[in-house]
Amino acid sequence: MSSQGGQDAKFFQRGKIQEFRAELHAAEAKDKKFVKRKTVLKKIVANITMGNDMSPLFTDVVQCLGTPLLEIKKMVYLFLVSYGRSKPDQIQIVIPNFLQDCADRNPLIRALAIRTMSYIPLPIVTESLTDPLRHALKDKDPYVRKTAAISVAKVYAADPRRMEKAGFVELLRELLQDSNATVVANAVAALVEISERPDGVSFRLTLTVANKLLTALGDSSEWGQIYIMDSLMTFIPQESRDAELMAERIIVQLQHGNSAVVLTTIKVLLYLMNYMENRKLIDYICKKMGPPLVTLLSSGPEVQYVALRNILLIIQRRPSVLKNDVKVFFCKYNDPIYVKLAKLEIMYRLAREENANEVLAELQEYASEVDIDFVRKAVRSIGRLAIKVEAAADRCIEALLELLETKVTYVVQEAIIVIKDIFRRYPGKYEGIIPKLCENLDALDEPEAKAAMVWIIGQFANKIDNSDELLDDLVYTFLEEPTEVQLALLTACVKLFVYKSQSNTSKELVHKVLKWATEEVDNPDLRDRGFMYWRLLAINPAGAGDIVLAEKPPITTDSDRMDRGALDQLLLHTGTLGSIYHKNPETFIRNARAKALPDTPALNEKSRHVLVPLPPTQLPLAVISVPGPGPPPPPPRPSSPPPAPPPLPDRPRAPGATMSPSSSHGNDEEDEDAEEEEDRPQNNDPYAGLDGAFGGYAADQPRPMGGKRGDDEDLLF
Amino acid sequence: MISAFFIFNQKGEVLISRLYRTDLKRSISDVFRIQVVSNSDVRSPIITLGSTSFFHVRTNNLYIMAVTKNNANAALVFEYLYRFISIAKSYFGKVDEESVKSNFVLIYELIDEILDFGYPQNSEIDTLKTYITTESIRVQPTAVEESSKITTQATGATSWRRPDVKYKKNEAFVDVIETVNLTMSAKGTILRADVDGHILMRAYLSGTPECKFGLNDKLVIDQSERGSSDAVELDDCQFHQCVRLNDFDSDRTISFIPPDGEFELMRYRSSNNVNLPLKVLPTVNEIGTSQVSYIVSVRTNFNPKLSATNVVLRIPTPLNTTSVDCKVPNGKAKYVPAENVIIWKIPRIQGGQECTLSGTAQLTATTHRQSWARPPIDVDFQVLMFTASGLLVRFLKVFEKSNYHSIKWVRYLTKASGGYQIRF
Repeated sequence: MSSQGGQDAKFFQRGKIQEFRAELHAAEAKDKKFVKRKTVLKKIVANITMGNDMSPLFTDVVQCLGTPLLEIKKMVYLFLVSYGRSKPDQIQIVIPNFLQDCADRNPLIRALAIRTMSYIPLPIVTESLTDPLRHALKDKDPYVRKTAAISVAKVYAADPRRMEKAGFVELLRELLQDSNATVVANAVAALVEISERPDGVSFRLTLTVANKLLTALGDSSEWGQIYIMDSLMTFIPQESRDAELMAERIIVQLQHGNSAVVLTTIKVLLYLMNYMENRKLIDYICKKMGPPLVTLLSSGPEVQYVALRNILLIIQRRPSVLKNDVKVFFCKYNDPIYVKLAKLEIMYRLAREENANEVLAELQEYASEVDIDFVRKAVRSIGRLAIKVEAAADRCIEALLELLETKVTYVVQEAIIVIKDIFRRYPGKYEGIIPKLCENLDALDEPEAKAAMVWIIGQFANKIDNSDELLDDLVYTFLEEPTEVQLALLTACVKLFVYKSQSNTSKELVHKVLKWATEEVDNPDLRDRGFMYWRLLAINPAGAGDIVLAEKPPITTDSDRMDRGALDQLLLHTGTLGSIYHKNPETFIRNARAKALPDTPALNEKSRHVLVPLPPTQLPLAVISVPGPGPPPPPPRPSSPPPAPPPLPDRPRAPGATMSPSSSHGNDEEDEDAEEEEDRPQNNDPYAGLDGAFGGYAADQPRPMGGKRGDDEDLLF
Repeated sequence: MISAFFIFNQKGEVLISRLYRTDLKRSISDVFRIQVVSNSDVRSPIITLGSTSFFHVRTNNLYIMAVTKNNANAALVFEYLYRFISIAKSYFGKVDEESVKSNFVLIYELIDEILDFGYPQNSEIDTLKTYITTESIRVQPTAVEESSKITTQATGATSWRRPDVKYKKNEAFVDVIETVNLTMSAKGTILRADVDGHILMRAYLSGTPECKFGLNDKLVIDQSERGSSDAVELDDCQFHQCVRLNDFDSDRTISFIPPDGEFELMRYRSSNNVNLPLKVLPTVNEIGTSQVSYIVSVRTNFNPKLSATNVVLRIPTPLNTTSVDCKVPNGKAKYVPAENVIIWKIPRIQGGQECTLSGTAQLTATTHRQSWARPPIDVDFQVLMFTASGLLVRFLKVFEKSNYHSIKWVRYLTKASGGYQIRF
């Protein structure tokens, strides 16, 4: 059965409109079994594919609709889907054919006609479609009904007001009660689609309807299950019990073989967990979620990638998921690079004292691989591991020193950048290795690494015998350096002077650098800092020491761990593009709806405290109505924004501010969260306020390219 | 949801293009060609430019690609692309440029049916084949009854099976196929060993058979529950659409009405007590800067009645290798300069045996001093009638109202392909 290949490849060549027209005419005369017509149409479809404009053949192709051959009908319909929109004057000649097909006795033909018509967004087509579509939604054949349901969403996209006026949204809602699960699934997909449009009618599931949908879940196709599950995200649990019961009913879907079913189930479970009270159930769900997530790693690399990016979010919010599974994230040598980078990030997150040795051994292995990005990230992860797990710090430092020996420039530079942070995390512990670092001074050609090295020399100028010579050498190219390095050099020279104010070299050096910074350089930051140091040293040199060498706040919590409110919000998008980029969709996709956890009495106290409220709903720009002639204003949107959360008590929050969830709220933490905090003992993972420290990571973080929201005409050519 | 679907050949020429939504034009394909096809360093299967995202999967030098303009369900898009490939395979054998071109009209028909407005619809191959065929269908009034049957099936609760299947001889074949993943450190400790299992079924059964399937398994959710019993502990398992998940959840029975023909009944993972069928012991020494010596032994670790076949070891050599001289007692070993590996192929090794490759690679002097990264040795093999996890099929029962007798066959195969790696 499998090798019955078609023979159509020969049609895949460019042809001329005139030739095709002539061939179609010739076929009208004598065409046994319509072979000729079929051949010409295939050539035309091939040319459409190749991007050859075939629209001038409109009237000729449409003539073929009379042919009683399904294959020909389908090709003509494909032609109409491609060009119908550009032929508003001619489209009416096919409408009688469409209407005839809409009333055909064969359900497949009826559905085909409805499906095709709804692809052509022209007023005249939409208008003629209104009646047949209404009948189709009540057709006795489920296949026609399920096709009609999706068609409503299609026509809605072309002409929302007509569809609302004609009551189609109501008809869709009625279909949710249909006896056929496929029809229900498509109706719910259409309703969700409509509600996600910026001008769409909102859609919320009530408990009764949600329960009805859950009954249809078992009989749905895998795709239908996804549509139904997605719609459950519009159900707002008012009582914990509702959330718990619903979770119990869908949890079996985690065993489904389709990764999208699994991830969508996880999305709904994570959402519902915010409204649950039953601690045992929450633990049970967390336990159940881990294995299916790991299983996704046996799928194709693309699905693995989607899974890994989501796992990274999920383990930040629910650390008990996968906490003992670090090994499954070890990279295989032949994993694609995007899978490797994503795994590395998860390995770091799951690293603890118990598994630090294994993780470190892996990272060392990766540091000798070929891909430069991957190697750099591995080296950095060794440093981050040292900072995160104190018990492993000694071994990490050893590993980094070994890497310095390789003399591979990007490895060396990466190592120096992280060692700087390690010095800050464990003051007084590892400074003995500074001479080794200094051996690599000449190899540093990247600003970040050079700045790190300069910082080390300045900070420990008193412990390095020849620090003044070293800095003198480095300052030699001061004026050519990038700003980042210039700033570091300036500060380092001042520190040197504070330590060794007696030394002549240091006096000359600081003088020279201050002069350059204030007189020769255009960068205002650098100039300002130069003036500030200058005055400080001039007015009160002793005080300057206290300021410049002030004790730095210890590097404390992990700043690249997202805060919980942001995580809760992002996890509403589990499995979607937003979860790949770790960005809320409204920040990079035009017209995407922002989402937030709806605040109800059942919402966990903790979740409510960190709730990121929706930005005030943007009113449609067109609501300003001026009396007089003009287009009618769009009707007001009925209750689309969810109830605004009450003003947050005593929690003024700057947007994007990082908060350490363990700092305040000592006793209003329910034990629900005790578990989630457990792997984060206070001050353990010390990267607070180090936003810039991982600059290098941002570079290989997946993200949408270019374009901000709004300037989206970019790709509409 | 999906706004457009494309297939490109290796040169970036469009072989199939179908727009499902009016929010973009066919010329969007140019963007993909520039960003992905002609880009030698593609580092993600998803690329987002502005609000437009491109999802692609590669197969036989083709790019199968979907475009979206919203916050699409990424897992769904990739699952759809995978599904498209498997449907295409089942319709015309292999999926490459030639077969796509030869069947482009059929492909358009298929993607019109399985994707509506960008929403995946019925994608069950068995059902699709009842009404999307390679032969011409005449529109006939008599076809109406037939069509109703099709539509009922396409939207029904068992959309994967036609009701009127008939066989003279009722047979069911079960293949348990395990892929072993291994990462062994240079010190010989096992960093990771697990099994990805697939149970494939070929069901040639009449009517609407109700099947029950049993394994010697035990699903372990909590690590602490692990005990000592002869049951194989599975970390997780996932099932075909046809399996009743609620039954499995309540009493762990796997019950289902199978699709007709071949399908993947379940997938599972096991990481406990994995029997590694092949042990590889490498001793690789760099002698000065001009030579590397290799002694690599392979030992089979299973019953002598069984044997490993198609064993292929890929042993990496430094990039500046000029020639390799090696001796093997069994099979053939060859140095492949293009890939910097020695490929040692052994057609068959019996259980409980050992064979050893010894050889030397000669190196040229190089200017840059970066040390050799030593990628792992990779081993591929197959062992019939052996499961690395220890999993066995206990029973397969078939109930059908006509009460026919059915014959069942079970085969086991353990293999490694690309994931059995030994560092040295």
